[in-house]
Amino acid sequence: MTTMTLEPPRLVRTKPLLEIRDVSRSYGEVRALHKVSATAYPGEVLGIVGESGSGKSTLLRMMNLEELPDSGSYHLDLPDTPGDLFELDRFARRMLCATRIGIVYQNPHLGLLMKHSSSGNVAERLLIAGERRFGVLREKAREALSASEFPLERLDAPPIELSGGMQQRVQLAKAIALEPALLLLDEPTTGLDVSVQALLLDTLKRLQQERKITMVIVSHDLGVIRTLADRVMVMRRGEVVEVGLADQVFQDPQHPYTQQLVHAKL
Amino acid sequence: MSLSDLAKPWAAMSYGFLDASAKRELRRKMVKAVAVPGCQMPYASREVPMARGWGTGGLQVSLTLINPKSVVKVIDQGADDSVNAASIRRFLARVSGAMTTTDTLTASLIQSRHRIPEEKLSDNQVLVLQVPNPEPLRPVQPNMSIARQMHADADYSRMWLQLYEQIVCSGRVMQGASYPSLVNGRHVMTPSPIPRWDVPKLHMAEHLTILSAGREKRLFAVPPFTRVEPLVFDDVPFQVEDHADLSCYRSGARGFFMNEIPQDDGTSQYELSDSEYGVKTIRDREGDPVRFGETWYKNGKFS
Repeated sequence: MTTMTLEPPRLVRTKPLLEIRDVSRSYGEVRALHKVSATAYPGEVLGIVGESGSGKSTLLRMMNLEELPDSGSYHLDLPDTPGDLFELDRFARRMLCATRIGIVYQNPHLGLLMKHSSSGNVAERLLIAGERRFGVLREKAREALSASEFPLERLDAPPIELSGGMQQRVQLAKAIALEPALLLLDEPTTGLDVSVQALLLDTLKRLQQERKITMVIVSHDLGVIRTLADRVMVMRRGEVVEVGLADQVFQDPQHPYTQQLVHAKL
Repeated sequence: MSLSDLAKPWAAMSYGFLDASAKRELRRKMVKAVAVPGCQMPYASREVPMARGWGTGGLQVSLTLINPKSVVKVIDQGADDSVNAASIRRFLARVSGAMTTTDTLTASLIQSRHRIPEEKLSDNQVLVLQVPNPEPLRPVQPNMSIARQMHADADYSRMWLQLYEQIVCSGRVMQGASYPSLVNGRHVMTPSPIPRWDVPKLHMAEHLTILSAGREKRLFAVPPFTRVEPLVFDDVPFQVEDHADLSCYRSGARGFFMNEIPQDDGTSQYELSDSEYGVKTIRDREGDPVRFGETWYKNGKFS
């Protein structure tokens, strides 16, 4: 007699890569986040949507350890990062951010050294991680830039001379240069025109499929989230109002705010 | 007993120009700087009868270290006879009663701008370097508060980024003077605007070097026998200026750091930057008895 054992579904079996629990943050009277929890599983794309001021960017900055919450915990399921990441000291935080987490900001001025060369911007990541060979830096910068579909003949042009779409590609190359476990995208396509947006989204999608990077993408543009995200988290006034699979949330929104959001598409 | 018996007799100024409390502070900061090689120590930069930016930092350190038995040498860009060097030397002698010299070998206290003498310094000599900008991170991090944090974290990756940019844009490392150097494996310092030629002279040197910036109110030190390593990529070696094959048109000396003197016809002549070494070479040629010290560079090679 053979017994058939059913394996539990993948989402139950695998441990989440990113786990944020009950994070709160206030700026004086303003409550930016209130008891927000979020998880992202390995290889998954988590989309965060919400109106301006809903706390989605604050949450992303916390995931990048740029900002600390008033309370709450943050775990990444990586071999050498045990414990609550909010407890780490400044030095450990910085090393972790540089080697394990990549981020693309909406405003390239935040993420790039505008007057250094593009390849130098990518090389900086590798330098923080301790690479001291010029040849290797150059080669890896070139690889990362070509992976983000940056035109290599402009390798050494400073980002200030590049177009908005190109600047985002430099940021992306910088973020993936060290093959991070987690890639954070803060409104990566906002402010770009629609055709450039589509190209950038293509690149992101391809990278995600090739490298199986876990991504967290913040956007107020439902189209962007719909193209990329596997799961969606809807935020409003610092709280999570709905979480679910992307299709589910967009097809059958439960919370009145989500319904409004989905139907408010122009 | 009256109050005037207890007080010191009136004097126009205290010994060595600076008042006792100023010198005390500088001594304490120098001791600290020696204890943490390459780390910048803040100090209250006092007024001296010279404009900020003309070597007031170096002058204050010299005034603190000087005593009547000191023998002072002052160099400006290698020359003992420039106006600035001559004025500082005369001032130091006048306020302290110390002897002055131009000979590197007999000096006990050497204040210098932009050069380290070609003859080796020994363990009974102190070199004081004037520093315009003590912060090596300033070009890569304009915010000084963050720069302090970066020093605390030994986060110097952006210094290499600066070198990377230079190689990418120009094909080689363009940093000519103030070449950033790692002291004792911990702090990156700017060794004041000495040429790259002089940076190896600081590595495991016998003498004490104190670098002081009067306008920026910072001093730091390279104690004797301390490692000073210029920042380099593993596959791009550090190179000094290409002066090994130049010879001085006045003294004929070869293999030392030269000043380039452009000529009317478009060519260049070169003269020894270390003027005293040039004078010695000429006097030796003319038959005067001259004592040469051992030099750091021999036949243009660092030894």
